[in-house]
Amino acid sequence: MGKLILLLLSLIAFCNIVAAVFEDQVGKFDWRQQYVGKVRFSHFDTHLQSSKKVLLATESNVFAALNTRTGDLFWRHVDKTGPEGNIDAVLHHGQDAVLVVGNGRVLRSWDISVGGLNWEIVLDSGSFQSACLVGQQGTVKHAAVLKKSVISLHYLSNGHQKWIENLPESETVNYQAVHSGGNGQVYALGVVPHSHIAIVAYSVEDGEIIKQISVDAPWLSNIPASCAVIGQGMLTCVDSTTMSLYTLDLYQQLQMTQIPLQALGLEVDPDFHPYLVSHQPNPARQPLSEFLLHLGPDHHLLLQLNNGQVVTLRDFKPALLVAFATTGEKTVAAVMSPKNKTACSINLFSAETGRRLLDTTLIYTVDPTGGKPERLHVQAFLKKDDSVGYRVMVQTEDHALTFIQQPGRVMWTREEALSHVMTMEMVDLPLTGTQAELEGEFGKKADGLTSMVLKRLSSQLIMLQAWVAHLWKLFYDARKPRSQVKNEVSIENLSRDEFNLQKMMVMVTASGKLFGIDSKTGSILWKHYLENIPDNAAFNLMVQRTTAHFPHPPQCTLLIKDKDSGLATLHVFNPIFGRKSQVAPPVLSQPILQSLLLPLMDQDYAKVLLLVDDQYKVSAFPSTKNVIQQLQETAASIFFYLVDSSQGRLSGYRLRTDLSTEQVWEVVIPTEVQKIVSVKGKRSNEHVHSQGRVMGDRSVLYKYLNPNLLAVVTESTDLHQERSFIGILLIDGVTGRIFHEAVQRKARGPVHVVHSENWVVYEYWSTKSRRNEFSVIELYEGMELYNSTVFSSLDRPHAPQVLQQSYIFPSSISTMEATLTEKGITSRHLLIGLPSGGIMSLPKMFLDPRRPEIVSEQSREENLIPYAPELIIRTEWFINYNQTVSRVRGIYTAPSGLESTCLVVAYGLDIYQTRVYPSKQFDVLKDDYDYMLISSVLFALFFATMISKRLAEVKLLNRAWR
Amino acid sequence: MARFLPFKVAVFFTVLFFMCTDFICCNNGRRVGESLETELSGFSVPLEHSFELDDTGKFQVRGSLQLKPGREPSVSLTQNQLSEEDRAKLKEVAAVDGLYRIRVPRVFLQADRQTEWQMEGHLTAFVRACAMVESHLSDVITLHTDVSGYLIGVSIVTIPGACRGTEVEDEVDLEVFNTTLSIMAPVNAPGPETALFLERMEQETEKKGKNPQEQKSFFAKYWMYIVPLVLFLMMSGAQDQSGGGAGGGAANGGGR
Repeated sequence: MGKLILLLLSLIAFCNIVAAVFEDQVGKFDWRQQYVGKVRFSHFDTHLQSSKKVLLATESNVFAALNTRTGDLFWRHVDKTGPEGNIDAVLHHGQDAVLVVGNGRVLRSWDISVGGLNWEIVLDSGSFQSACLVGQQGTVKHAAVLKKSVISLHYLSNGHQKWIENLPESETVNYQAVHSGGNGQVYALGVVPHSHIAIVAYSVEDGEIIKQISVDAPWLSNIPASCAVIGQGMLTCVDSTTMSLYTLDLYQQLQMTQIPLQALGLEVDPDFHPYLVSHQPNPARQPLSEFLLHLGPDHHLLLQLNNGQVVTLRDFKPALLVAFATTGEKTVAAVMSPKNKTACSINLFSAETGRRLLDTTLIYTVDPTGGKPERLHVQAFLKKDDSVGYRVMVQTEDHALTFIQQPGRVMWTREEALSHVMTMEMVDLPLTGTQAELEGEFGKKADGLTSMVLKRLSSQLIMLQAWVAHLWKLFYDARKPRSQVKNEVSIENLSRDEFNLQKMMVMVTASGKLFGIDSKTGSILWKHYLENIPDNAAFNLMVQRTTAHFPHPPQCTLLIKDKDSGLATLHVFNPIFGRKSQVAPPVLSQPILQSLLLPLMDQDYAKVLLLVDDQYKVSAFPSTKNVIQQLQETAASIFFYLVDSSQGRLSGYRLRTDLSTEQVWEVVIPTEVQKIVSVKGKRSNEHVHSQGRVMGDRSVLYKYLNPNLLAVVTESTDLHQERSFIGILLIDGVTGRIFHEAVQRKARGPVHVVHSENWVVYEYWSTKSRRNEFSVIELYEGMELYNSTVFSSLDRPHAPQVLQQSYIFPSSISTMEATLTEKGITSRHLLIGLPSGGIMSLPKMFLDPRRPEIVSEQSREENLIPYAPELIIRTEWFINYNQTVSRVRGIYTAPSGLESTCLVVAYGLDIYQTRVYPSKQFDVLKDDYDYMLISSVLFALFFATMISKRLAEVKLLNRAWR
Repeated sequence: MARFLPFKVAVFFTVLFFMCTDFICCNNGRRVGESLETELSGFSVPLEHSFELDDTGKFQVRGSLQLKPGREPSVSLTQNQLSEEDRAKLKEVAAVDGLYRIRVPRVFLQADRQTEWQMEGHLTAFVRACAMVESHLSDVITLHTDVSGYLIGVSIVTIPGACRGTEVEDEVDLEVFNTTLSIMAPVNAPGPETALFLERMEQETEKKGKNPQEQKSFFAKYWMYIVPLVLFLMMSGAQDQSGGGAGGGAANGGGR
């Protein structure tokens, strides 16, 4: 019987939380965007004239094929993160693309038409240097891989190793390049810095060393940076110190021939390292004898090497970017030169002669909100009249790819910066004009009765007008077929919807580009590129003023901090339009330790941002007189804390009235034993509806809701699996009082923490049992509240009761976040991003330390699920069904206007937006709600009452007459 | 006022007496004379406090903490009375809502030698001075250690903790600290309770094994009712289905 009840109970529990999408709801409330990352290698598929593929290998370790017509992905392969999956080289030949991955660890061949794996082999260890395709008698059958001390040759058909040879004198010589000109030989080129070049020629057939020579080159230190093989095996180098070109015939190996640049009438820009670009259209043949020489940031030359003589074919100045492209037998150089401030022109030049080709001008409009063009990828093709046509893919500094067709039509743009979102916020959209008008009416000061009445009348007239227009639009749209009705979102018609479900997603990416994305459709509404962002910058995005304060525009502030120097800059902008604000942010000359957004507002309703510098001085932004005055008034109640994880120091400070600070508490965790890995507070916009939990015996267990509570997680420095541990410290951020200190023994990070309401959930790796475990801590005040009206950290003498329980989780996790709703009535779920790409919505009720070991009447009354050590992953809990989100790095949750609904954005390599309903849609009528039935029943009842009333009256009258 | 003084003094002495007894309890009856053992098994560090009108940290010795290292470290406190000057100052500080701060030096409780326990720096905590005054100097001080015995934090609260603005008229109330002192080491967080769960599962299966009657399938339990029913149905069905055929067969059989 008990078991039956248990089953029933769990059934009830599960019924509550099953929240899957129906087939017809797919894509209705959610969208996904897939990205590849910053492009490192690109190859256009040229083996078919009609092919519309471009292969991209990126710095995010992704190999993908894009449709050149639309910019969509054909296929994508996501490798491991970090150096293990790093793509070192891409060799493209016909249908195959050979990738060297993970510092020469793996060689892989992909079929580019469908993206299938042809073969994969593991190479011997050794750091990768270079790779090239090796052809012979016009066909390409092999690929050569050069490592630090070995060179190996592999068949392209199956990856098998044909031969592997040790490089001679590899201890002293740095072999850096490998070259093959299609003559049955493979050349390994090495250098002893500032001494000589070593050249070893191997036979393709059996790997026998044919020749081995060394040539003096005391000026050379790096071959790939300054040399290239040109024409008939001429190794050509450029050196900026001697201002010369050097050529060396690989086949005859006489001597380095020095050609001073001055003899050619050329000059290198100061502080510019010149380099050469050669072009080998077919690996089975020699490279072209024409090459490019870069002499300055905007100075390029097309040169030709002819019998040891260098001839200048064309001087491109100014030219931002130059790239070679080949189609059929024709090779062209595409040159981008600045036209005016907002546009660049791209022209084609014949590589052989340097002549400009007619009708090949293409105008590239530089996006004022984007970065400068960085690389040019050219797709050349032969037109019907045998002339060369082309399209270009321009890669800009902000990692964007723009594909342009002649005469300048942008076919598509991909914002690859979005593959690395650092932080984001969701901002409410502004009200519509009429709503704003109404708001404005209340906002203004009263100036007489009649004018107020007139104003009221006018605003109501406007509302009526808008309503009529809306009705008319509805009527007009209803007549059109559904497919034609388009709800295009543009920045002009942005307005808040009825339930505030549509918001503006402000995303900050690692490249320094900011995006404003419509949460409903995923379309990018604005973008803004911030230049000069350091590589290791930390970002902190704060909403200083929401859209609620019409007519003041909303305001976001982005704090960009260089992690090395600690120096920070502020960027203040309008989150709806992306425009930089008129408000001038303060110049921060000192490194910033902490930033706090206070609930205080200035007279323009902007929240005050406090910045604490390394002298513990506080500066406020905005820093008007009003703000300073408010700060002085409330200084005694402004506390903040600083964390110095390198010294294990947590310290609390209080603001003084003169805006200096004083230290009030200090906790030091010795770094010899453990180091602080994360400090988590609660989200400031979180609401808790229920103060306590009703127990089985109808008493109330009150939650300990301390808004200043911090969860500090430490990891032991000793990583031995028997001695390693994870520490969790619950500490008050105002008083520094430690409420709870627990140690999870035989456990290791990475630890993921979520801290909300009165609970902390963390996930760790148990080294003892070799599994992932979840632990939950809940804090309760007890059966009675100390002070039910207001919470003050300074006046809560009793420590909370702490309950804790742990569970086994069958998967590792990438990130974790809790759902958030408007009023906090809806039950909470944990959103867990799994490495598999799923996002799981785990009900918090499964992570409840009060889950009983033994079921009792009371626990049943309370609807507690009996304890089971394992948390099971149910597939219906995946909120993203089959829309895998690769490499989830963060999940952002935001409340919507509907209490039942929480907006979720998961970001990593991909971006996925959806809505979740942790307690189902209790405040929304279902889609298939039968309005007809209910209204007809109502009407029927209404008429029935009318008729029966009439009948009763008649009867009464009749009775009276009797 | 003066009349009540002897009574107050008596109370004070009782409090002092209790404190002394407490102190002796904490020390497990160790006598003052055993100074050698004291040095071996424990050490004392100063507990300092500071309350200034301008909130600058001018720490003065409030008492001394006797720390006894070991697997379960214990602590006891001897503290001085507040001088009249200090009492006045504390009240003044309370009036301007200043802070009452304490600090202890960072120490390592597991050290064998005396030279090792002392470390750089202090650990500090605070309460509002008014709370200190209004609670008549009754405070709760907790020392927190980490896993290996380093002192990582100190916390102080007063009971009651609120500042209601009640005037503490009597100077005597602010003379002696009424301190509850404890030392807290981290607790071990529980892991998943697999053993207990498995035990429960086993118990359940055992229950099943012990009581085979209950666990039989529906068919096994009620076969004696089902089989006749089915047989009856089959037979009746066969008769209905082909009365003539069956009749014919029977007739044939009968004829043989």
